[in-house]
Amino acid sequence: MSEKNYGSKRLVVGAHYGFADWLAQRVTAVLMALFTLVLIAQLLFGAKLGYERWSAIFSAQWMKFLTFITIVSLLYHAWIGMRDVWMDYVKPVGAKLALQVFTLAWLVGCAGWAVQVLWRL
Amino acid sequence: MADTTQRQERPVYRNIHITQIVGYRLPPAGIVSILHRVSGVLMFLLLPFVIWLFDVSLTSEISYERFTSTFVAGLGWLPGWLMKLVVLALIWAYLHHFIAGVRHLWMDMTHSVSKAQGHNSALVTLGASGLLTVILGLKLFFN
Repeated sequence: MSEKNYGSKRLVVGAHYGFADWLAQRVTAVLMALFTLVLIAQLLFGAKLGYERWSAIFSAQWMKFLTFITIVSLLYHAWIGMRDVWMDYVKPVGAKLALQVFTLAWLVGCAGWAVQVLWRL
Repeated sequence: MADTTQRQERPVYRNIHITQIVGYRLPPAGIVSILHRVSGVLMFLLLPFVIWLFDVSLTSEISYERFTSTFVAGLGWLPGWLMKLVVLALIWAYLHHFIAGVRHLWMDMTHSVSKAQGHNSALVTLGASGLLTVILGLKLFFN
């Protein structure tokens, strides 16, 4: 490690840096995969699909619980992924910051909308 | 030293420029990797559309009718078949992202990162996501 580890000389690479995000992206992926499998299982086994059954699936409290987890997981997962994309391809700091702010606003807005749909059911 | 001022320009290797992409022949694992990104960005950009579908399909029986008619009568000036095509693109993106993600998790957990396994699992990923997309596409368009 360099002597001066602050300001412009701050060490921003190395062991464990980004490990939390790496792990979070995988954990959230597993949670979303679980939601996907549970939803597919419910769609495959049951009566003919219409509004009645579709809304009944998401009306169950445990399914709302799992769907909410999925929405929040998606928010975090997509944030990490899109941030990685911007970090890799967009070099000017101003443009990168603008795109990251857009990404955050986009994701938080979408998550809020999804939660609203879920909780008024 | 005297020769430092006259030394040759050393080659600089930067990231692949966007105009060079077509000239690169990526191995299957490389194709899976870039498509993982492409599918992720696609789903990110279409997220409001997905939530809109979630909204209209769940809110009421009337809105559910609007949900189903989106793929027949279309949405605004957009025809129904185009909406189906957009959904098919989302289906592919989800399947590819899902299977490529499982491949990642499998490699993380088993530490099986040999060249042959990376090659084969990449081909399995492309094959499985492609096949499932075709099957679901046929169901979507021809029921």
